[in-house]
Amino acid sequence: MKTCKEVHRLVIEGQDRQLSRMERISVRIHLMMCGACRRFEAQMGFLRQALRRFPGD
Amino acid sequence: MNGANSTGDAVRDPAFETELQHLRPTLLRFALLHLRDEQSAEDVVQDTFLAALQGRGKFAGRAQLKTWLVAILRNKIVDRIRQRGREAPLPGLDEDEGDADAFDALFAADGHWQEKPAAWGNPEASLQQSRFYDVLELCMKALPENLCRVFTMREILEMETEEICKELQISTSNCWVVLYRARMRLRECLQLRWFGEGVPAE
Ligand SMILES: [Zn+2]
Repeated sequence: MKTCKEVHRLVIEGQDRQLSRMERISVRIHLMMCGACRRFEAQMGFLRQALRRFPGD
Repeated sequence: MNGANSTGDAVRDPAFETELQHLRPTLLRFALLHLRDEQSAEDVVQDTFLAALQGRGKFAGRAQLKTWLVAILRNKIVDRIRQRGREAPLPGLDEDEGDADAFDALFAADGHWQEKPAAWGNPEASLQQSRFYDVLELCMKALPENLCRVFTMREILEMETEEICKELQISTSNCWVVLYRARMRLRECLQLRWFGEGVPAE
């Protein structure tokens, strides 16, 4: 089992590199069970969305 | 707009030129964020206006003018970075940046969050406020220069990680570490300066 610390790291790295199959699966499983990391993942998703829209409409 | 008259299709269009002028400060700021040099920023904005004047026939809806111009500008900036990338490697980016423990304090010894990340609510509510983008820009500028450069290349110019590493002559793993740090700092900054202020939840 991965810890939150390991998972947050993989969530971020997943934005810049292709995670391995095992990494993806372990992240998925962790996120299913952990609300804190789900929030973190949502924050990262938001960040990307915001930057793609920068400097706004 | 020197040179515009020399091309047959660039007939004068004062209304359009006024709109371009109006957007100039925004575009300059955008270019400056990436290039960090007034002259280069001026140049790419000029190039963008020239391209816009020549290509405005292809552009129908004025409502999206800014989006269209930013897309052109983004390409011009990427070209410029590619040109100068190999001449000027990133300052102060060496393997020392590899110590990845800067954000360890966020976690307890057992690897759990010390504090649950905050819910950032409905993203659309923030994304529709122009003040949000000011804060976002402020947070990007607050990053150390090397982090900011790599990060904006990745997220705003949407370059692939491999290409960024190659342009800046840094190792791939170093690139990931830099991006990791930039994302974590940006998150922290937005939490503090935007989401911490009681912004629209739903
Ligand atoms: Zn977790």
